[in-house]
Amino acid sequence: MLEIKNLHATVEDKPILKGLDLTLRPGEVHAIMGPNGAGKSTLSYILSGRDGYEVTEGEVLFEGKDLMELEPEERAGEGIFLAFQYPVEIPGVPNSTFLKEAVNAVRKYKGEPEIDALAFMKGLRETCAKLGIDKEFLKRSVNTGFSGGEKKRNEMLQLSVLQPKLAILDETDSGLDIDALRTVADGVNAMRSPDRAMLIITHYQRLLDYIVPDHVHVLSGGRIAASGGPELAHKLEAEGYADFVAKDAA
Amino acid sequence: MAATAETVEKVQSLSERYKYGFVTDIETDMAPKGLSEDIVRFISAKKNEPEWLLEWRLKAYRHWLEMPEPKWAKVDFPEIDYQDAYYYAAPKMKDQPKSLDEVDPKLLETYEKLGIPLREQEILAGVAVDAVFDSVSVATTFKHKLEEVGVIFCSISEALQEHPELVRKYLGTVVPYADNKHACLNSAVFTDGSFVYIPPGVRCPMELSTYFRINEQNTGQFERTLIIADEGSYVSYLEGCTAPMRDENQLHAAVVELIALKDAEIKYSTVQNWYPGDEDGKGGIYNFVTKRGDCRGDNSKISWTQVETGSAITWKYPSCLLRGDNSVGEFYSIAITNNRQQADTGTKMVHLGRNTKSRIISKGISAGRSQQTYRGLVRMGAKAEGARNYTQCDSLLIGESCGAHTVPYIESKNRSAQVEHEATTSRISEDQLFYCRQRGIPEEDAVALVVNGFCREVLQQLPMEFAVEAQKLVGISLEGSVG
Repeated sequence: MLEIKNLHATVEDKPILKGLDLTLRPGEVHAIMGPNGAGKSTLSYILSGRDGYEVTEGEVLFEGKDLMELEPEERAGEGIFLAFQYPVEIPGVPNSTFLKEAVNAVRKYKGEPEIDALAFMKGLRETCAKLGIDKEFLKRSVNTGFSGGEKKRNEMLQLSVLQPKLAILDETDSGLDIDALRTVADGVNAMRSPDRAMLIITHYQRLLDYIVPDHVHVLSGGRIAASGGPELAHKLEAEGYADFVAKDAA
Repeated sequence: MAATAETVEKVQSLSERYKYGFVTDIETDMAPKGLSEDIVRFISAKKNEPEWLLEWRLKAYRHWLEMPEPKWAKVDFPEIDYQDAYYYAAPKMKDQPKSLDEVDPKLLETYEKLGIPLREQEILAGVAVDAVFDSVSVATTFKHKLEEVGVIFCSISEALQEHPELVRKYLGTVVPYADNKHACLNSAVFTDGSFVYIPPGVRCPMELSTYFRINEQNTGQFERTLIIADEGSYVSYLEGCTAPMRDENQLHAAVVELIALKDAEIKYSTVQNWYPGDEDGKGGIYNFVTKRGDCRGDNSKISWTQVETGSAITWKYPSCLLRGDNSVGEFYSIAITNNRQQADTGTKMVHLGRNTKSRIISKGISAGRSQQTYRGLVRMGAKAEGARNYTQCDSLLIGESCGAHTVPYIESKNRSAQVEHEATTSRISEDQLFYCRQRGIPEEDAVALVVNGFCREVLQQLPMEFAVEAQKLVGISLEGSVG
């Protein structure tokens, strides 16, 4: 589904990714771990198409398409979803309006007709119920004045509504207490499906206790420094990233 | 009548001395180019007006000649050549069009592009429309249904024929002819506009609206609207405006007077989308408008809501005179300027009565190379015991080359009066746009979404069916502002 080959990227001319290779197949959940500054967030922004990140070498294919040729909204249309580390506030725009705009934009991209407003609202309320989110949530402005936990739950709501093929979760655990973490993890686990791939970017192992990945990779020095199963995450938790960082410096 | 015919004849002969014919277009009935006492007489005669009104027009005209142009606004434009315009242009027709099918299809097309399909408005139950085309009203719908409850809704020309006593009693009592240069010109040459009278205790059963349209080249549009809400009555009124694209600037100097008597309420909403000129600032309407509401009676209320997206230059300050005790004035405004547009807009809240309240919510969005100024006056008179004002003034900037300015004037002559003013200036953030785009929303739609959110408080004040259209208009106005 997603093939990253020898990816090199710079931010303000500073090289961050230096030959990253990664392949995700449908149904797989991959975790990317790594020390601060390893390029984890850079990877998520490059995949989603944020300005200011320049690919200098290598390629990224999503279902065979050159992802780097597409605008961010086109990538979303193709089925890529990024759950933000810091979800953005949009004052005055109700959550339900935002979600409807997003769903219709993606449908338009795929050449499908706009969704019926009533049917959409009905589905939205059902999704909220499933995720244990109060309906009032839909009337509030996007992320405006939300607590850290509410913001992350809102990302999960968007994920559930948009049903992407590839979900990238960037430090979804940051700023969450243990209960909120569990709720968010439940939301993510409910989205696991044989047709969907997930890329979980995290600094800490604890999220992976709740969302158990199929593969764990260590990102260090702009490359995948090691890959393994869930046990690798536990090893990192016990031993830290020092080994990889030292190897990288050498 | 003899005098009228004579004047028309005189002006026609006069026009032959100019190279330009009296009627250049068979479709249109026009006065000769330029402005003079004869033109004022011509307009008055065309409309078969009573003598007092002609006298009033002439007084205004003579005063106008002496009046200086207002120079205090932060707008920049070459001096207007008042002789280089037509002051009367009317589509030629024997009868009033009976339905929209008889209205210029190009007009319908323009509205449709705007997102305000007139035909749908016609079908929308509860909206009565008066369509003003260049200098005259061409159609008023639902007139008879309104008459059943005693509501008078017609063109001001018609009101002058049918209800001259009402017009005479109120015309110019809120905006006197000598108020300012533009209002003075309007008083001399106004051609049409809407007239509304709501009798005591009547809640107008439907929204009233007027669509103004400038069509002819080189014409100014000078409409005059007069709305009177008698004791204990209520009316909600909406105006919409469009003009075709032309390379030259056209002048639109309108006057709107609102009068709310005891316990009456008037809600006046505007969606202004005159042609704004092209990307380089060529063409567009000069929108120099004087709008004022008089809360004449106790416990009366006047609420202005405006969505200003068009015009090359906007000079407009819908205001409230809060004379009656406990009267309330409100001003909700969204002004969007893009490319080379200039807008100097705001309000005046003049508190004269006791316990009067006013609320000002202004949202300004500047994009491209446009310049926008909020200019507002809150005045607490000596007798305005316990008066209160709250002002909130937010500016949103898109891009690097636009400007937003806030000029609030506050005067208080009463110690018990309270005035609050809050202001913010922000930019549309890259983070917001990227967030929207990551969810699939293309950049221009994302801008429209964020801006609509910024304006929500004001959009909510619009009558429901127009709020949706106004939201679309916000998006259209900002096309090309990013990327």
